[in-house]
Amino acid sequence: MHEMGIAMEIVEIAISSIPDNIKNACVERVNLKVGKLSAIVPESLRFCFDIVSKDTPLAGAKLNIEEIPVVARCRECDFKWTINSPVFKCKKCESGLIDIVSGRELDIISIEVAEE
Amino acid sequence: MEIKVVRRVLDVNEKMAQQNRNLFAEKGIFVLNVMSSPGSGKTATLERTLSYIMPEIKTAVIVGDICTSNDADRLARTGVPVVQVNTDEFGGDCHLAAHVIEKAASNIDLDDIDFLIVENIGNLVCPAEFDIGEDARVVVLSVTEGEDKPLKYPLMFRECNAAILNKIDLLPYLEYDKNSTLKNIQQINPGMPVFEISATKNTGFDPWIEWLKNKVKSKQNKKS
Repeated sequence: MHEMGIAMEIVEIAISSIPDNIKNACVERVNLKVGKLSAIVPESLRFCFDIVSKDTPLAGAKLNIEEIPVVARCRECDFKWTINSPVFKCKKCESGLIDIVSGRELDIISIEVAEE
Repeated sequence: MEIKVVRRVLDVNEKMAQQNRNLFAEKGIFVLNVMSSPGSGKTATLERTLSYIMPEIKTAVIVGDICTSNDADRLARTGVPVVQVNTDEFGGDCHLAAHVIEKAASNIDLDDIDFLIVENIGNLVCPAEFDIGEDARVVVLSVTEGEDKPLKYPLMFRECNAAILNKIDLLPYLEYDKNSTLKNIQQINPGMPVFEISATKNTGFDPWIEWLKNKVKSKQNKKS
């Protein structure tokens, strides 16, 4: 639901990451990591990004989203597994004391700028 | 040419949240972020809660709504300082972000309170994603909603430290499987305390109030 705000944030971070020595930079691609446990719908994010990137160096850029699975580790028995359904208990020992290792990401990894 | 960025998109919010957290720690204020779906009885629960803790615990409330000051008006009647935030001033947002809390808190005398309640926007999705600098998060749900709410909104139930199950006085009139709800909550967040209450009938509040008072006191002790 807040994908518009996220898209605006992405555009801002991407623009501020363009090195000063590149004039009239044209960003072709933004590489993102989005965890499956984050409240972001990739399709909505792409839609919003296309709107807010208009008239910026990111206009027409592709949003490349790598979805990161939810991985947990048990604090009791150290077992590590991928969570595919909403059950947050250790698959091996059934303990509820687990840490989410990945799946909450919402990171900009890099931007790709067209070569002059 | 690829340019490495490696930044969290919510970086700005997280920094602001940490700033809020430092300020609240310095003042010894326990901050509770209360979230729920619309209509679960969040405001009624808070009205009743305030009647239990005031004046023993000096409290202020920040109320977020997309529109209207109805909730703020109701809470102000209990005598606590209330700051209303309408998010349409900030873009009609579906959640409260850290900078909104910072601005709202500047309208509260922080030296005069021990407890700050933030009543978030009624929404089980977005508020879970945004750190506002709180100490604990509570989700309110009610027995007129589906038993599978925790499974449909796992992030919310993972991120919260406690749940309040409201409107339990309606159970005799509903085809509602309470045990199924409790099981679903434990599946998402094993060990999460669940307080079964009725805000309108004023029942079940004692364990919840005790939980709250312990949290507020331990934050005060950390300061002194």
